[in-house]
Amino acid sequence: MSDRDTGGAEVVLRLSGITKRFGALLANDAIGFDLRRGEVIALLGENGAGKTTLMNILFGHYTADAGTVEVFGQPLPPGHPRAALASGVGMVHQHFTLADNLSVLDNILLGTRSLFSPSLGNAAARARVSRLAQDFGLAVHPDARVGSLSVGERQRVEILKALYRDARILILDEPTAVLTPQETTALFATLKKAVALGLSIIFISHKLGEVMEISSRVLVLRHGKLVGEVETARTDRHRLAEMMVGAEIAAPKVAERVPGPALLTLKGVETARRGNAPRLKGVDLELRAGQIIGLAGVSGNGQSALAALIGGLESPTQGRMDLAEDDGVDWSPRSALAAGIARIPEDRHRTGTVADFSLTENAILESYARAPMSRRGWMDWRAAEGFARRIIETYDVRCPGPSARIRLLSGGNMQKLILGRVLEAAPRIILANQPVRGLDIGAVTFVHNRLIAARDAGAAVLLISEDLDEVTALSDVIHVIYEGRLSPGFPRGTKTPAELGLWMAGQGFGEAGHAA
Amino acid sequence: MRLEPIANPTLARRIVLPAVALALTVIAASFLALLAGANPFATLGLILSGAVGSKFALLETLNRATPLIFTGLAAAVAFRARLWNIGAEAQLYAGAAVTVILGTGALGLPAALLLPILALAAMLAGAAILLGPVLLKTRLGVDEVVTTLLFNFIMLLFVSYLLEGPMKDPMGMGWPKSAALIPEARLPRIVTGLRLHWGFALALLAAVAVWVIQTRTTLGYEIRAVGLNAEAARFAGIPVNRVMVKTALLSGGLAALAGFSEVAGLKGNLTLDLSPGFGYAGIIVAMLALLNPLGVVLSALFVAGVFVGADSMSRAAAVPTYIADILTATALLTMVLALRLTHARVRWR
Repeated sequence: MSDRDTGGAEVVLRLSGITKRFGALLANDAIGFDLRRGEVIALLGENGAGKTTLMNILFGHYTADAGTVEVFGQPLPPGHPRAALASGVGMVHQHFTLADNLSVLDNILLGTRSLFSPSLGNAAARARVSRLAQDFGLAVHPDARVGSLSVGERQRVEILKALYRDARILILDEPTAVLTPQETTALFATLKKAVALGLSIIFISHKLGEVMEISSRVLVLRHGKLVGEVETARTDRHRLAEMMVGAEIAAPKVAERVPGPALLTLKGVETARRGNAPRLKGVDLELRAGQIIGLAGVSGNGQSALAALIGGLESPTQGRMDLAEDDGVDWSPRSALAAGIARIPEDRHRTGTVADFSLTENAILESYARAPMSRRGWMDWRAAEGFARRIIETYDVRCPGPSARIRLLSGGNMQKLILGRVLEAAPRIILANQPVRGLDIGAVTFVHNRLIAARDAGAAVLLISEDLDEVTALSDVIHVIYEGRLSPGFPRGTKTPAELGLWMAGQGFGEAGHAA
Repeated sequence: MRLEPIANPTLARRIVLPAVALALTVIAASFLALLAGANPFATLGLILSGAVGSKFALLETLNRATPLIFTGLAAAVAFRARLWNIGAEAQLYAGAAVTVILGTGALGLPAALLLPILALAAMLAGAAILLGPVLLKTRLGVDEVVTTLLFNFIMLLFVSYLLEGPMKDPMGMGWPKSAALIPEARLPRIVTGLRLHWGFALALLAAVAVWVIQTRTTLGYEIRAVGLNAEAARFAGIPVNRVMVKTALLSGGLAALAGFSEVAGLKGNLTLDLSPGFGYAGIIVAMLALLNPLGVVLSALFVAGVFVGADSMSRAAAVPTYIADILTATALLTMVLALRLTHARVRWR
């Protein structure tokens, strides 16, 4: 039996009629499918389509309102991750569940034996881990502390953890979201070995290229429903995209444009260390009018520090930060706003909005202290509501009205309100930190088009994103950030994704000193 | 178990749940009365009539509510910004002490001038007491629950020292009490002959003022933003620490007015038993009102009524006044739970 021809293979997992509600939201609507031995199923769908919910039900984190899960013909009791583990289901979560202060081996053994067993890391276990690592091509040192590993290595530990527990069914939730292109290739090699050894894999993703490459069958989820099931060999990216969003999507069009003068210049900028996040080291950056600068990089390489710096939350400890019209004031969120910097924060729930404030109150969060929103300390709620109504209309924010609490809105509509709030101030510089994370495709297109329109109107846009495709599609110039250092700027089309991937993995930084 | 939010609770839900809370409170009280060997219905009847059954009782309740409105507002203002001021007791005594220091002859002014000066001085003293803890919080991250709470004991001991030493009334027969306020420093009665003084009107005015600040001013907007999501507030450019300090000054000033009003309106001098825990009761008042300044007036009247009614009841029946503490505590717990459940449904798995 080859790993592609699985038509007659034994069914290892059967989901039928899985339904799950969260309040008014129907997250999963009577979903059912079979997984056979030795195949890779891709579960494709936009953010919020219900992929993660479905897998959490399968693994026992959630209890379904209706429906059953059968593993190797045996029904799985709902709500017991331990039962799922025991029956051979292993899950690699989007956010890793590893103890940073323990070694790789201890992390793998954790929970597999009694807490009071005398020697946690005995020779037999070590040998088994080494053998698994070799068989599956998961190179990682068993005695390394997990805290010191890279994201890609941590993912290998997660996979080893599942394999050590004799997982026969592996669920990978958005495994490539945090990987460089090279790490992704390595992961796919591992998965192919696993399938050849008879494992079955459910691969959750919203990236079409990866789905086409790794899977033998594709299940498409949309708004909690299973809307399509096709053999990967009989479809293409285009048709999958259509199935996923229900309509064809157009790539954003960015017309050529001659950049204007520099609006913000960083020269040799360093910032202070904050917790575990890397600080900026000798960063040179120039934001020019009418240009989108893309910042590519694997998550946690100093993106937050750069965003905090430009957003006014941090000041440089060394180096210069010059605005086109520098007035030499203390650097703060207010002075950033006064300098015409619009800030779209990375986390719209925690830093972008006040959940229990109304849309009106959220709309004026950055402008409440000035006329017309307030005069001499007295609020003008009429003006504030008028402003909120204008944003709701211009930016197509779907909501019950300006007095509704913003926590009732979907992520996309929340983001549109934030977008309206910052763009209505006619900014000269736009700091867009992960502006489309977690949005559906309709909202993604909307946000991208607004950013392009602002750039065409002469604003300088700094786009920070972990999605390399997004960065390459939109940016006029791309910098790669790695451990707080910035690569030189690469103009559009001068570097292939693979070359950028090498920079994202740190190549090119060593010999160049700081950002040559 | 988890809670599922209800977007628009029905009218029935809004009425029935608080009613159930009230019923549970009454049942708890009845049970205690039974334990004490009294007839529960008679006990509750006596509490009710003792609180609002006569003109005298009603005025007594209003008098007792006055300091509770001030301390309730102090807690409500601070808690909105997530500034946990547990030190209203200290601020109250600071206000009272300053009122006595300036109001026993140090300033010889007509009442129309002296009273506003005393009120203002008291507010400044209360604000100053809270300034230390709030600066420790914003500068060094010291937990204000601990510092404000400990300040209560420091202040009480300090007042005790004042009353045994420099402020001791030479005519006081050796009792630890201050000299009496001069007549110009006394808050007049609202209606001649009745015990209710202008402090109550001042308290109502303060409640309206706090409501206006919270809903109509930029400071109120800042306070609410900081309390609901300090990280988003800081990101948006709201000066979070400065807002904290302003909130503290307002809160401390309000608590100090309770001391001013008790001394100038009711007692006429300062003793160590000026406050039977008004500062702490203010927290209950504020929570019961869900931090709404106008609601604080209502919940202060309720708490005051229970205490005044229980005092009167215990004189008539052989049930200890401690029942009042239990009644207010039960009312707080059940009411907060009821209001939470008005907007959410419990799901067992």
